[in-house]
Amino acid sequence: MIRFDNVCKRYPGGYEALNNVSFHLPRGEMAFLTGHSGAGKSTLLKLIALIERPSRGNLLLDGINLSSVGNSKVPYIRRNIGIVFQNHHLLYDRTVFDNVSLPLIIAGYQHKEIGKRVRAALDQVGLLKKEKSAPITLSGGEQQRVGIARAIVHKPGLLLADEPTGNLDPELSKEIMALFRRFNDVGVTVLIASHNLELIKQMGNPVISLNQGALSHNDLSVTSHG
Amino acid sequence: MVKADNNQIARSSPFKAWAINHIRTLIASLGAMTRQPASSFMTVAVIAIALALPAGLFVLLNNASNISIGWDNSAQISVFLKADTSEKQAQKLMGKLRLYDDVAQISLINKKQALKEFKKISGFGDAIEALGDNPLPHVLTIQPVIDANRPDKIHHLIKQLNQQKQVELAQLDLQWVKRLFAMLEIAQRAIWVVASLLGIAVLLVVGNTIRLDIQNRREEIEVTKLIGGTDAFIRRPFLYTGLWYGISGGISAWLLTALSISLLDNSVEHLASLYNSGFQLKGLSFSEGINLIGFSCFLGLSGSWIAVGRHLSEIEPS
Repeated sequence: MIRFDNVCKRYPGGYEALNNVSFHLPRGEMAFLTGHSGAGKSTLLKLIALIERPSRGNLLLDGINLSSVGNSKVPYIRRNIGIVFQNHHLLYDRTVFDNVSLPLIIAGYQHKEIGKRVRAALDQVGLLKKEKSAPITLSGGEQQRVGIARAIVHKPGLLLADEPTGNLDPELSKEIMALFRRFNDVGVTVLIASHNLELIKQMGNPVISLNQGALSHNDLSVTSHG
Repeated sequence: MVKADNNQIARSSPFKAWAINHIRTLIASLGAMTRQPASSFMTVAVIAIALALPAGLFVLLNNASNISIGWDNSAQISVFLKADTSEKQAQKLMGKLRLYDDVAQISLINKKQALKEFKKISGFGDAIEALGDNPLPHVLTIQPVIDANRPDKIHHLIKQLNQQKQVELAQLDLQWVKRLFAMLEIAQRAIWVVASLLGIAVLLVVGNTIRLDIQNRREEIEVTKLIGGTDAFIRRPFLYTGLWYGISGGISAWLLTALSISLLDNSVEHLASLYNSGFQLKGLSFSEGINLIGFSCFLGLSGSWIAVGRHLSEIEPS
């Protein structure tokens, strides 16, 4: 699903965020990305979501070399990725329902279908009764779950999460992780950046660790046949 | 959860999705405007006033040209015949000229009659009698057919008249008509200048409103880009907002013009009645009104297009 081949990312000004990173995350796998802050976790996720472009090396997503994807094609690549952010990135001027329906509206689903799918997604994160609420009235954990519902409502093949439990207490964090696990069970490839090492250990999934932009630990294979 | 590959099934066809998106955005952007009634009203009011001003001037100018065309009908060509022309020859010439297409009416003032009138009006009766001979020629008065689109036709007619054998001089005092037309033309140009400047103002007002809108919705734009919204998708609500500003501004400008005309109409009618005229102010015609709205839509759309082009690309998720 995701393949990094000697990927480097150097920001203007010379700061090297990623240095020769290679790994392969197979389809249907769920893995964690760890490392202290500034180690390059966010940069790695940004490269996959095409928010940033690699300076060197190849990055393949679902067999597509992302370097060859022109700017106008970026939105269509992103539509197959669900992204969960640490700070939720919800839109506070609209209801929970309208937040979650956004990816479907972008893809041009019909009205009836949108209602069905949004409710199914909210049901999965346990917020079916909150569809008419304003996000600001929800707790942090609930807001995060709205963000997750939005990330999975259009049934993407890949789910990326950047510190999804960063602001949550251990109990809530566990719930959120269980949620990711459920999506993974039905075939979604999941990559979660987190520095919650204890929780990661409990989950028992493969781990990739970054240290100052380089891979320091890799449970995944480096090449495609793993 | 199903795998991603099954996504296509419930999706509308690309064209249908496109149409659904457009209609959805059209309605949503109108809804967004009504949710901020105060600021939307002010923007629309500025557009309406900026457009109503040149539209109103245009209406007044149109009316002024109408009046001047009415006055044209009183334009007369006086044809002085040569002194040795007999009354019979004069009659014959009148019969001939009456057949000209450009001659609406023709009448003969014969010299005896003219002399009598002149004595009566001038009070020089005794002096003229002392002259013995009647110094006045026969005069034909002609009302030409006025074609406002072809003022040169009258000149052509006068030239023709002057070529007649018995004609000493044919003349028309068109000077005042010419001056009036020249003034109207200046006024027309002035209106175009004013209209252009105010049109640019509308463009800037809409552009600035949309720019603020883009800044206020920065977060929404970033999120939309992150979850796969194309540039066209993100651009659309702003363009439609501009279009709505244009439509509502244009309609308001039309109403404003009509209102101003109706306020003036009574006094103008009163004034006209003092001149024994049935003159009435004419407002914008239907097609002129539609043009006004169309122009306003164009300005609204262009204004938002400029703002969107300049400011939307600055916002990228990071």
